[in-house]
Amino acid sequence: MIEFLTLLQVLDSSLRLATPLLLVCLAGLFSERAGIFDIGLEGKLLAAAFVSAAFAAITGSVWLGLLAGILASIMLSLLHGLASITLRGDQIISGVAINFLAAGLTVVVAQDLFGQGGRTPPLKSGGRFEPINFPGATSSKEMNEAGPLMQFYSELLSGHSLLVYVALLTVPISWFILYKTRYGLRLRAVGENPAAVDTAGISVRGLRYSAVIIGGVLCGIAGAYIATSLQANFTKDMSAGRGFIALAALIFAKWRPWYALSACLLFGFFFAVDTRFQNILLPAWFLSGFLILIALGLLSYVWKKDYLDKAVLGGLAVGISIIAFLVIFSVWDTGTSSQIKIPVVFIQSLPYVLTVVVLAGFVGKAIPPRAGGQPYVKER
Amino acid sequence: MDIMPKWVDIIIVPLLSLFLAAFLSALLIIAIGESPIAALNLMIEGTLLRSAGWGYMLYYTTNFIFTGLAVSVAFHAALFNIGGEGQAMIGGLGVALVCLFIPWPHWTLAIVGASIGAAVFGMIWAGLPAYLQAKRGSHIVITTIMFNFIAAGVLNFFLVDVLKPKGSMDPASANFPVSTHLPTFQDIASLFGFEKAFRSAPANVSFFIALLACVAVWYLIWRSPLGYEIRALGKSGPAARYAGVRPVKIIMIAMMISGALCGMMAINTTQGESERLILNFTEGAGFIGIAVALMGRSHPLGVLLAALLFGFLYQGGAELALWTKIPRELIVVIQALVILFTGALSLMVRAPLESFFMSLRKAKE
Repeated sequence: MIEFLTLLQVLDSSLRLATPLLLVCLAGLFSERAGIFDIGLEGKLLAAAFVSAAFAAITGSVWLGLLAGILASIMLSLLHGLASITLRGDQIISGVAINFLAAGLTVVVAQDLFGQGGRTPPLKSGGRFEPINFPGATSSKEMNEAGPLMQFYSELLSGHSLLVYVALLTVPISWFILYKTRYGLRLRAVGENPAAVDTAGISVRGLRYSAVIIGGVLCGIAGAYIATSLQANFTKDMSAGRGFIALAALIFAKWRPWYALSACLLFGFFFAVDTRFQNILLPAWFLSGFLILIALGLLSYVWKKDYLDKAVLGGLAVGISIIAFLVIFSVWDTGTSSQIKIPVVFIQSLPYVLTVVVLAGFVGKAIPPRAGGQPYVKER
Repeated sequence: MDIMPKWVDIIIVPLLSLFLAAFLSALLIIAIGESPIAALNLMIEGTLLRSAGWGYMLYYTTNFIFTGLAVSVAFHAALFNIGGEGQAMIGGLGVALVCLFIPWPHWTLAIVGASIGAAVFGMIWAGLPAYLQAKRGSHIVITTIMFNFIAAGVLNFFLVDVLKPKGSMDPASANFPVSTHLPTFQDIASLFGFEKAFRSAPANVSFFIALLACVAVWYLIWRSPLGYEIRALGKSGPAARYAGVRPVKIIMIAMMISGALCGMMAINTTQGESERLILNFTEGAGFIGIAVALMGRSHPLGVLLAALLFGFLYQGGAELALWTKIPRELIVVIQALVILFTGALSLMVRAPLESFFMSLRKAKE
């Protein structure tokens, strides 16, 4: 049985790993709710991480680093805005370009400034966001002796960097802005029907630019967090696909702030489990039974559908059942109580698989903002 | 109404975009403290003036032709296949399974088998997002991104837990049997008595398969009824539907062709170069395909030229990293700028040209 303290430690690291996802996810939320698809979240995150680490390393002040990171991220947001709002270009292509721009420029500039193979030097204490310990929290040495409530308070609630609490605060703030203010109503309207907003005499461009800039600020904070708090320097490609996981979380959350919080915490939990436990064991018969149930579910769904559905989903069902039988086959000799090791990569891929399932609409269909991805052309 | 003559659209616009990208990169090189002219000379020297340089360049080019064609075919159906990376990874798995578990008597047969394996695996990996787009309305860009990550997971699983030989620490498959090894350009040149040409360069016969793929895609898109339907759907969905084109079928077919082409990239990298399946063998070629397709205006000839250009940049970039303090990632910046100017900011490039030709026309009248 897993101990209470171990569970708390896993939840604690889930929260830390979920923080950048949450900020980037909310950045995407503002942008996409205003009708601007943002594939370039990853690039903004990476650029902000580098610039904040570089500034913090040179000036020794983490606050200047944070500010510089936010500014760098806003610059890329404005580039995205120029391409997709003013010049009515393809938003996806612009996002792809921004990702490459950040991936290339960060390493080129880092190599030129510091000459350490695309890294920044390790940050000293003033250049990092230190953990904040709440009053009365026990130190980690005495954690084992403390009572469960104290452990909960000291391990999970206390001891995070300022930006973790900032990220958690942005959720209610985003919710309030989007659903309780006039600006939020207009922002949501511009992502659904920009022509109506335009007819009401409100600037579509202005609203969309404001949305991508808010996204830039949030990505900037997230970037500063991963380089100055989660780790203590910038390393090449350190965003490691977080921008895309945040995009997945955004879809999983169906473009809503509170759901974004739960989606990011869930995905953060997957990563925490993945780093904490090397071997995850599941009862083999239980696992293959579960897989066969999914396969049967798919088969019953396609029973009365057309040829293509039968071919694709039926093929998927056959594939899943083959895996199920392989699982049973591999433990055939050792009896019904045997356990099977789940490969680590499976846990890593789970966020993406879940997102595809949600996108496919078999479990709770995700419907994006209607005007997303289309440039708005004012009638003349 | 076309404002500009066709040749401006096809030749001047991409060249102007390239020029802008090159100009900004030159500024970056100056900022680092190197000379752009010297850098360009070094790139040309290390790539075009040595046969081994050509051998490396054409090796990269082969990858980019496959992925560039793949993105182009999807573009013609107005689909954005951003999942080339994942489709190539799964294609590599197909190549490895075919090469490891079927005893091939000769490479000529092995390459046919490996191509089919790669194409089928890539096709399946593109088919699922295509199905989700066609039947369930999920956005193909998002699903193909997710499938890239899932593919990385699948490849990792196969290399670490299934294909890795016992006792090996490396996450890679066993070496392919010798009878599946493809002749490199060096082997071919030796046949004609030039033993020293293309020494140790990885370019191999799959380059010619890439050229064949160019011709095949040209025929498919511009000369076959299927290509007509793909282009019709890409230009206007409602009009194509009215003309009797079935969108579901065309989306499936276009994406599966696209996935097959991406998968076939693996015969060059996996069967041709590493001769075993390794992690990260795609090296971002799936994404470079986007730049190649945009630059080549989704035409096979344009794709071929753009792929040569990017092959030159990749080999030249490696030379720069070797001899100067300009890191390889400069090429990623150039690639980003090319995508930016040919894709997202294309109006910025075209608008001045269009107004120039507009004023020419008015002056004539």
